[in-house]
Amino acid sequence: MQSRDKIPLFLTQQHSAHFMSPSLDELLAQALQALATATDLMQLDAVRVHYLGKKGLFTEPMKELGKLDPEQRRTVGQVINQAKDSFQSELEAKKIALESAALSARLASERIDVTLAGRGQAVAGLHLVTTTLRRINKIFASVGFNVVEGPEIEDDYHNFEALNIPAHHPARAMHDTFYFDAHRVLRTHTSPVQIRVMESETPPLKVIAPGRVYRCDSDITHTPMFHQVEGFLVDTHVSFADLKGVVYEFLRAFFEKDIQVRFRPSYFPFTEPSAEVDIECVICGGEGCRVCSHTGWLEVMGCGMIHPEVFKSVGIDSEQYSGFAFGMGVERLAMLRYGINDLRLFFENDLKFLQQFN
Amino acid sequence: MKISETWLRSYVNPAVTTDELVAQLTMAGLEVDSVTPAAAIFSGVVVGEVIDMEKHPDADKLRVCRVNVGEAEPLQIVCGAANVRVGLKIPAALCGAVLPEDFKIKKSKLRGVESFGMLCSEKELGLAADANGLMELPNDAPVGVDIREYLSLNDSIIEVDLTPNRADCLSVEGIAREVAVLNELDWSPNLGLASEINNAESLTVTVLAPEACPRYLGRLIQGVNPQAETPLWMQERLRRSGVRSLGAVVDVTNYVLIELGQPLHAFDAAKLTGGITVRYAVADENVALLNGQSIKLDTESLVIADDKQALALAGVMGGSESAVSDSTQDIFLECAFFTPLTIAGKARQYGLHTDSSHRFERGVDFTLQARAIERATQLIVDIAGGSVGAITEVTTEAALPNRDAVLLRKSRLEKTLGIAIADERVVSIFQRLGLAVETLAEGWKVKPTGFRFDIAIEADLIEEIARIVGYNNLPNSSVLMRSSLGLATESVLELDRVKDLFVDRGYQEAITYSFVDEEIQQTIAPNDEVVRLKNPISADMAVMRTTLWCGLIKAALHNTNRQQTRVRLFETGLRFVQRDGETQQEKMLAGLALGSAYTEQWGEKTRKVDFFDVKADVEALFGLTGCEAQFIPAEQTALHPYQTAEIRNKDRQSIGWLGMLHPNLEKQLGFDSQVFLFELAQDLVLNKTPAKFKPLSKYPSVRRDLALLVNDDITASQLIDCIKNCNEPSLQDVVIFDIYRGKGVAEGCKSIALSITLQNDVQTLTDLEIDAIVSRLLDKLTQKTGAKLRE
Repeated sequence: MQSRDKIPLFLTQQHSAHFMSPSLDELLAQALQALATATDLMQLDAVRVHYLGKKGLFTEPMKELGKLDPEQRRTVGQVINQAKDSFQSELEAKKIALESAALSARLASERIDVTLAGRGQAVAGLHLVTTTLRRINKIFASVGFNVVEGPEIEDDYHNFEALNIPAHHPARAMHDTFYFDAHRVLRTHTSPVQIRVMESETPPLKVIAPGRVYRCDSDITHTPMFHQVEGFLVDTHVSFADLKGVVYEFLRAFFEKDIQVRFRPSYFPFTEPSAEVDIECVICGGEGCRVCSHTGWLEVMGCGMIHPEVFKSVGIDSEQYSGFAFGMGVERLAMLRYGINDLRLFFENDLKFLQQFN
Repeated sequence: MKISETWLRSYVNPAVTTDELVAQLTMAGLEVDSVTPAAAIFSGVVVGEVIDMEKHPDADKLRVCRVNVGEAEPLQIVCGAANVRVGLKIPAALCGAVLPEDFKIKKSKLRGVESFGMLCSEKELGLAADANGLMELPNDAPVGVDIREYLSLNDSIIEVDLTPNRADCLSVEGIAREVAVLNELDWSPNLGLASEINNAESLTVTVLAPEACPRYLGRLIQGVNPQAETPLWMQERLRRSGVRSLGAVVDVTNYVLIELGQPLHAFDAAKLTGGITVRYAVADENVALLNGQSIKLDTESLVIADDKQALALAGVMGGSESAVSDSTQDIFLECAFFTPLTIAGKARQYGLHTDSSHRFERGVDFTLQARAIERATQLIVDIAGGSVGAITEVTTEAALPNRDAVLLRKSRLEKTLGIAIADERVVSIFQRLGLAVETLAEGWKVKPTGFRFDIAIEADLIEEIARIVGYNNLPNSSVLMRSSLGLATESVLELDRVKDLFVDRGYQEAITYSFVDEEIQQTIAPNDEVVRLKNPISADMAVMRTTLWCGLIKAALHNTNRQQTRVRLFETGLRFVQRDGETQQEKMLAGLALGSAYTEQWGEKTRKVDFFDVKADVEALFGLTGCEAQFIPAEQTALHPYQTAEIRNKDRQSIGWLGMLHPNLEKQLGFDSQVFLFELAQDLVLNKTPAKFKPLSKYPSVRRDLALLVNDDITASQLIDCIKNCNEPSLQDVVIFDIYRGKGVAEGCKSIALSITLQNDVQTLTDLEIDAIVSRLLDKLTQKTGAKLRE
């Protein structure tokens, strides 16, 4: 094969203008030089058009090939194509390099400070009482307790009488009741919901009744309004052992800890036997501290077997059915779990308090 | 109730420490509130006797005493107390003694005279809060004996917080009985002896209300020494029970009350006219009570009267006119049984609460009166002498409480406790509790005694067994009864989801009091009829809220007063409105927003929250329920007249309000920025219709934008409703995407840019069809709202 450099590029008289032009080798060198000086894709494209376009410097000689004899035509054509291919591949490489550089430059220009805060509406949080109630509800719902609510302005019958607390019963003094008139009160506990459910439904019953309750009392450990969860279960063979088991498991689930629990005899007119439930002090672990009055124990709920008089008042046969009920203070449980030392904070709604539990 | 541990242990003394004893009581249902030492810690104080005394040479008020403290030589002690005198026995703190609060006694010089100790008052020994002078010990106090030993000060005061059913434990004997049962020990009550009758005098006793006072015992004791001192041991026991010594006769009645649980009352017999009558008060009858109060009685109040007047409110408090004083020589001692129902509520009704009423309303042993009056007589005579008259007793057997035997079935006991208890154990527990028990084939028949008012049914007996066995010795089980599958309704949106929605949209959940300040309530909702508490805890919690806004506003102010410039709160709960004579308790959902629309951030230009921000939050809720709510311009007293919407549902039922707090109220309440409020009725808002599938159209949708010129008072919803009401089947959506007023738009008009999305279920809409639809819609708009296509 003949070397390229011997092939004249100027094949016709018509292209005498090109007589001044360089040889194919020189053209290639010139083209590659042009490539090298291109600094962006636009310039690169101009170079491409200049050499490879319809009237490009590599295109023109090809057009002249027809004027050569077939033998020459083949040889010359090959040589031109080689030079053209060589340029083309350099062009591609340069294009990729420039594209990549352009992308890098664009990306660099789009640099942001990813440590800046995100934009838009911030999420707030639920009140701690709601969070605590949801946990309590969830624990009991997992074994089939239904959540039922009741009115907050209650009649004397549901709040007291039906719960075996007749007028003048000393237990009424323990309740510090808010009255509207002789017959209507702000419920002092959520136990009236127990009566309302048992009045309208038949056993078996598994219910928890969360809600606001009211007592006419206000100091660092008492607010005139707080929340209670009343729970009860009625069926044919419910025993004190079942009550103990449920309360025990609940407290362990709530505190997520294998805590010590004890049951103390107590008195509620609507249960018998009645018990107060203490847990090992979660602040000092039972060693004794101010929170537990150095006893190592904290009172967390009251409970007992539903009193036959209560069953009687709702028309449930206490020979056939038995049941247990329990009641707990939601704020108290929350205070113990989260180490809160002042009950009043719950209802001041200070954002600095509320947001701690988001 | 407070009692001395030493006193308790004088009845029954189990081999357990104080801590163990206290734990036993607590775990048996007699919750011990506190255990405190009977005296503060001190040492080195002995009984001393002043044997000689002279004036201090350089100080008028000081005396130089020589005090016999049981050592070979008397000690020279300088003393400034006014009551120091030769022969007086006093507590003497020796050199090296340490008094309460770590006060060390050393040899010292007072104005140049050496003093080898200190003579003490009750205050200095921590036995009383204050004192005027030295503590005077009885003449027979043994010189040189450690005062702690002499006064039994190494004792604990046990405070028991008794539940209302355990009246039987409102006495040292009652608790002793319980301790004996728990430790399986024997004990015996202090029976006492009948006093010798050496006085023929007596008073007549007439009981006109035998159902209220089934038993009344009275006795005259004449010639008691009014100056007699209550012995120190009795004073100390009373002190440890929190009772102040008030003179021998009153001290004895208090002592017997604590010892046996029987309230007694002593009248000054010289001040009585005629005999004693137990009767109901006549209407508006007055009685002047011991505490200086004079009360007007109703006809359900039982009184003790003489022939002239009511002397005392029976079972609650004695009267001032017949009270024993320091000159009383003749007393009439009353020891009665008043039924719990007679006394219950009476003390509270008159704003009184006494040790006596506390016991009578819970139940006093109706077999105890004879023993108690003899015990008191014996103590009075021992201390103050006197001649004892015969007991006058009026008992109406038929009116005494019934003590029917209660059946306890073995099967029921086991079923309730989930465990079988050995027969012998059951019998032994009842016997030690003082209950008569008879064994039957199916179980036991138990007859309660006079002091147990809380045993009437089988469950009461089961509780006694459970209590004594110990709740923690009973089994735990967790067999969770029959269950049925729960419902998962889709027809009501769960409130929890709604709360989460508002939380996610930046609202912090608040919980505010249901009772509010009437002033705020009046300001916010002057037209609502409120439900008023009869006994509010304070004026700012006196009426029930008729809107949740009251509490949210207060909470917002709490925060803005604490440098919070952006507050977003929501609350769910009841509101209470009086309507047509009925109190309605309605579940509401309310929110409040003030300050910037977003928390301060670099990426958004700070701007204040406005109506449409909050409206979007409310609409988000409707998005969850599919509620087609309408926001209708409306007026509400608390809100801005032109930035308020009443929210109605599809049935045109009012379901809530949204708006800006009226600028006047904003200022009046103390806000310094605009406040936006909304409140919705849960019951109407949370209803939801389960979704129903609609096939997707295969054909393309097209959008046409229209620029309309309308009068300024035409609302967005008028335009949108107008288009929707055309019932164009291909109409998918109408959106207003721009509103323009100003250059190019005539005054009083606005330009509204609307986009209409059309899509047909069965074909691709042609341009011709689209133009026809748009033109129909436009005609309707022009006709209904006067809208014109903008040139």
